[in-house]
Amino acid sequence: MTATTHATTFAAGPERSVDLLRFATAGSVDDGKSTLIGRLLYDSKTIFADQLESVEQVSRDRGNDYTDLALLTDGLRAEREQGITIDVAYRYFATPKRKFIIADTPGHIQYTRNMVTGASTADVALILVDARKGVLEQSRRHTFLATLLGVPHIVVCVNKMDLVDYSEDVFERIRAEFTEFAARLRVPDLTFIPISALVGDNVVNRSENMPWFDGSPLLSHLERLHVASDRNLIDVRFPVQYVIRPQSHDARDYRGYAGTVASGVMKPGDKVLALPSGLETTIASIETADGPVEEAFPPMSVTVRLADEIDISRGDMLCRPNNTPAALQDIDAQVCWMDETAPLVKGKKYAIKHTTRWARAMVKDINYRVDVNTLHRDEGATEIRLNEIGRIQLRVTQPLFVDPYRQNRQTGAFILVDETTNKTVAAGMVGGLPHSV
Amino acid sequence: MTTHVLSQLRNLEAESIHIFREVVAEMERPCLLFSGGKDSIVMLHIAAKAFAPARVPFPVMHVDTGLNFQTVLDCRDRWVERLGVQLVVASVQEAIDRGLVRPEPNGSRNRIQTPVLLEAIEKNGFDAAFGGGRRDEEKARAKERVFSFRDDFGQWDPKNQRPEIWNLYNGRVHQGESIRVFPLSNWTELDIWSYIEAENIDVPDLYLAREREVVARGGMLYEVNEFTPLRDGETAEVRSTRYRTVGDANLTACVESTASTLREVVEEIAAVRLTERGATRGDDRVSEAAMEDRKREGYF
Repeated sequence: MTATTHATTFAAGPERSVDLLRFATAGSVDDGKSTLIGRLLYDSKTIFADQLESVEQVSRDRGNDYTDLALLTDGLRAEREQGITIDVAYRYFATPKRKFIIADTPGHIQYTRNMVTGASTADVALILVDARKGVLEQSRRHTFLATLLGVPHIVVCVNKMDLVDYSEDVFERIRAEFTEFAARLRVPDLTFIPISALVGDNVVNRSENMPWFDGSPLLSHLERLHVASDRNLIDVRFPVQYVIRPQSHDARDYRGYAGTVASGVMKPGDKVLALPSGLETTIASIETADGPVEEAFPPMSVTVRLADEIDISRGDMLCRPNNTPAALQDIDAQVCWMDETAPLVKGKKYAIKHTTRWARAMVKDINYRVDVNTLHRDEGATEIRLNEIGRIQLRVTQPLFVDPYRQNRQTGAFILVDETTNKTVAAGMVGGLPHSV
Repeated sequence: MTTHVLSQLRNLEAESIHIFREVVAEMERPCLLFSGGKDSIVMLHIAAKAFAPARVPFPVMHVDTGLNFQTVLDCRDRWVERLGVQLVVASVQEAIDRGLVRPEPNGSRNRIQTPVLLEAIEKNGFDAAFGGGRRDEEKARAKERVFSFRDDFGQWDPKNQRPEIWNLYNGRVHQGESIRVFPLSNWTELDIWSYIEAENIDVPDLYLAREREVVARGGMLYEVNEFTPLRDGETAEVRSTRYRTVGDANLTACVESTASTLREVVEEIAAVRLTERGATRGDDRVSEAAMEDRKREGYF
């Protein structure tokens, strides 16, 4: 049985060829983000009748003139009371072509950590620009964070086109301004779409009000976007997550290394090198509960069996002998600080989790702090506070097997955890800025 | 020639397997909350796949409200037997008998499950409990993390959730604290049914349509049985129905349906216009924030 049949014999029904796209949206109260998501869900017939009824009821109770689609996404009591989005909300919808997971994040600067969370796993970032206001500080910040987190596709929705008479000039002006700004960042794929989320122009259906626009409406763009090649299929990285050793008589000699393929394509017969031991062996088989597979690629969860018995445990990594990650104890990284109670300071120690490995890390140095609005670097910074981004040097108690985040979003990522409170306090990316600003 | 693309269901399955392995590797004593409903069954099915050919390396726990459909209990016992897992039963009836909790006036035992669950978690020393919650179910769930931290009172604080970045989960807890883990967070109801069909998973036959004697009450259809007998002045009628959710037998309504095979259920769910809880659960309709409030108290 090959990996291909494994993947495609899976569902006989309409789910068969449907793949998954994760996208993140960021925006504040008045830029129409909630309306846009409401429109996508509504026009793709994903909103259920009882949800809509409940939202209409609450809108009426509050004396609103219109149905507030933001109520669909603002789920917590505090959010409804304050009329703001506080946290990342996950939304789901599907078309016959794709299933979509939306990470809907608040856009205010005080919620930068939520945006970073949403962007960390996203294939696409939607940036909303109000056609009347042009490219604001907020749009720049969102774009910077999306590129920092390595989101491969950015779609700029120039919204509220109905309020600027569907003017092509306005759209082109914004496109030019945004493109100039984005040239300073590493944006692999940038698309602009003029929309009106409120009226529905170019969201699901092509707008008749903007015949001058020859691109796709947003939904068809998202349906067709090619994301398969965004994954790293070159560098084999298999962090061992768990060792499977059945405690039963008939399988006493079984030993399998379970994990999720971080990158690369593995096949039985491939030579592999185990880190940190440096010992080499061969992949005997790659197994799943449904039987062996001929290939494993990201993000498959598999169990690898090796030809030789070598000592491997959780936190170790399998790779190819001629293509290994760097084993580093001194790490140069960008961090987004997420703790409201205490800033990151030089000399402080944290727990660090990288792939499946925990260690301890000390902050050796703070190189600079980035102003997320102006991209200005403050090289005199002595601390990094909540929602701030900075470049730091870490010393780790044991080597981590890392690649630059730019090349590998799995093996280039880590989190820092406060050893006293156990809270996750930072998202870290190995290898400095994804561009020079 | 392969394209190296996973179908979205395999993608979700891989993510869930990753979560199971991560918890078992890092936590001292996890358990899986098993109700015999479709979500907990899919969860257990994936847990079995995550550790094959070894056995599921943690017990399953059923918070037994004493108001179960017999076919659901039968299905639970088949799963326990087939996988050879240990079953822990936390009995709500027993907790009522010794005065820990008191049933609500409408007969609901939904809310009083919470103290029973928390007591059982503490008594068994569980530091992690897998739950079948999905983010598409409800607005409060939409904001809950995969690893949902609970303090030593089992409470969820939505304003104080740990950031969850990439797939780097943080399950670190102090003594007495625990985490709830939701491996099916990113699944929708349609995904669950598509998967049940694709994997041909054993679920209680309540989920499939057949003719049932039902009574309409408060806009919902209840099967006439020992839990929901006819009241004065009501008349029963026979309709083709099935259950979309399986909760307490005295409060779970069925829906009109002719979907009598898994394929037909998938097709029905793909076209349906009501959420499962809105359609069938009297206990979830209480207030806009009902679920958030229950979760704060320590509910799944």
